Amino acid sequence: MSADADRPTTTYVAAKPPLPETPEQLRARIPGWGADLDPRDRPANPQERFDPGATGAHWDFPERQVERYPRERSIEHGTLPPVFGTSAPLHGLSGAVRRLAYARYSEGRAAHWLLLIAGDRIDAVESHLRSFATLHPDNPITETGVLSEVRRHGVASRFGRGRADVNHQWIDPVLVAGPWVAAGTAAGTAAFLGVRSLVRRVRS
Amino acid sequence: MRAMVYRGPYKVRVEEKDVPEVEHPNDAVVRVTRAAICGSDLHLYHGLLPDTRVGMTFGHEFIGVVEEVGSSVQRLKRGDRVMVPFNIYCGSCFYCARGLYSNCHNVNPNATALGAIYGYSHTAGGYDGGQAEFVRVPFADVGPALIPDWLDDEDALLMTDALSTGYFGAQLGDIVEGDVVVVFGAGPVGLYAARSAWLMGAGRVIVVDHLDYRLEKARTFAHAETVNFTEHDDVVVHLKRITGHLGADVAIDAVGAEADGSFLQHVTSAKLKLQGGSPVALNWAIDSVRKGATISVMGAYGPIFSAVKFGDAVNKGLTLNMNQAPVKRQWPRLLEHIRNGHLKPNDIVTHRVPLEHIAEAYHMFSAKLDDCIKPIIVMEEPA
Repeated sequence: MSADADRPTTTYVAAKPPLPETPEQLRARIPGWGADLDPRDRPANPQERFDPGATGAHWDFPERQVERYPRERSIEHGTLPPVFGTSAPLHGLSGAVRRLAYARYSEGRAAHWLLLIAGDRIDAVESHLRSFATLHPDNPITETGVLSEVRRHGVASRFGRGRADVNHQWIDPVLVAGPWVAAGTAAGTAAFLGVRSLVRRVRS
Repeated sequence: MRAMVYRGPYKVRVEEKDVPEVEHPNDAVVRVTRAAICGSDLHLYHGLLPDTRVGMTFGHEFIGVVEEVGSSVQRLKRGDRVMVPFNIYCGSCFYCARGLYSNCHNVNPNATALGAIYGYSHTAGGYDGGQAEFVRVPFADVGPALIPDWLDDEDALLMTDALSTGYFGAQLGDIVEGDVVVVFGAGPVGLYAARSAWLMGAGRVIVVDHLDYRLEKARTFAHAETVNFTEHDDVVVHLKRITGHLGADVAIDAVGAEADGSFLQHVTSAKLKLQGGSPVALNWAIDSVRKGATISVMGAYGPIFSAVKFGDAVNKGLTLNMNQAPVKRQWPRLLEHIRNGHLKPNDIVTHRVPLEHIAEAYHMFSAKLDDCIKPIIVMEEPA
């Protein structure tokens, strides 16, 4: 075998592998091909560009929103930012856990995030329990949207199509049922303890 | 008002909530006419993002009509038809002054690493979102913009995140003429990123996914070559092989936290929440590109650590560009592209559902039923 026959055509030599289409062919096939070829036509180029007049702000520092309740904040902030969301104020045990995460740990600490995730799970259980005392209790059928399995071709969408996610979708019902089982166990235990206490009082 | 409300992982419902009020002089209250469910809403829906509270209304992609404005609002008035970027930002802080609108420091008490996003947990500021009849829009003089009369409602809606983010992702790739670009993920953002890569002069665009119907859309909408990773024992080797064993010049991660392709990575992140995200797509990007390549990351990841292969990234001399998109910076150029016929954003919309059916829409989108790519929530017109 000659040296030329063994010479690789790509990667191990200077030239790039050839492209399947020329710029002219691409321009003819794809609407707008190359319209933003010049980086100056790309609006986020460069990402960081000092232009304080471009935003529409007519203040140096925004007026402060009224803080109607003590607003939790990251300890990495030097002050409470002037504007903030008021979607779901902290409450209950989940609120205490989340408050601890904000008060004690920076965003750089895993404890901060793990406590917040724990707060999320507690919040779900608390909320399910609380809903049972309302006229609008949680409904796992309607809230999971599981009826769309029938209306939106659940079986045909999943099987025989080589999808990579089918191998772990069986875990989802376990995750959905988890807070319900926890809430049910908590409610059952509370009821049992209450009844037992009542029985003991009656007997004594 | 009627609003979507989160009830815990995999559970949402529609319930009555108070109409939001003006809480700051530069607030507006907007009556929502169209909203979308974003792939990143699914991270919240699955309980992956820390401090996602029961009772929050999701939705960071929406358009609507101004209902009320605060006392300092100068640029909007009641009745204006507006599109609202998913970023909430003040326009005046250190970051906003430098165009980094997604990194605003004046709007999110809960985290300094993240700006604020409508309806995206308290980690993103604790603002209710637009999957509701009304929504509070802070800094009305900064974020929202009037929708041009000629622009279709759905196209305007898609500019509030998915299209702007996809286009931004292609920009982060620093594409030069003739570059081979691999896009991981054929969801809405990946499709738009692939389409945008051509605008920037790519010589080849290859889209990787495992859902056959989305790969079909990548071929027809984004004019791309496609790779179904389930058909290859090792997708990294396959990508090397089809690029002359060199690897791509640019890779774009448009998948984010719940990437499939590795059972262990997916379960430890998306299911068990032990990682900030499943870095399967990012690791494939790192390993499949050529040395010296650029990787663009605008798929959403959570704040906890993820098992990313940084050693390979260092040894290959890669450049990693990343951020959440500063949406409004993209709009003037995107409007030109839409008007010139270079882009037709709503070609990817597959489902239009009323707000009352949003729980089924979330399940359908999450479980990828009915060939769903992009579901839109259509609000009822007021009587």
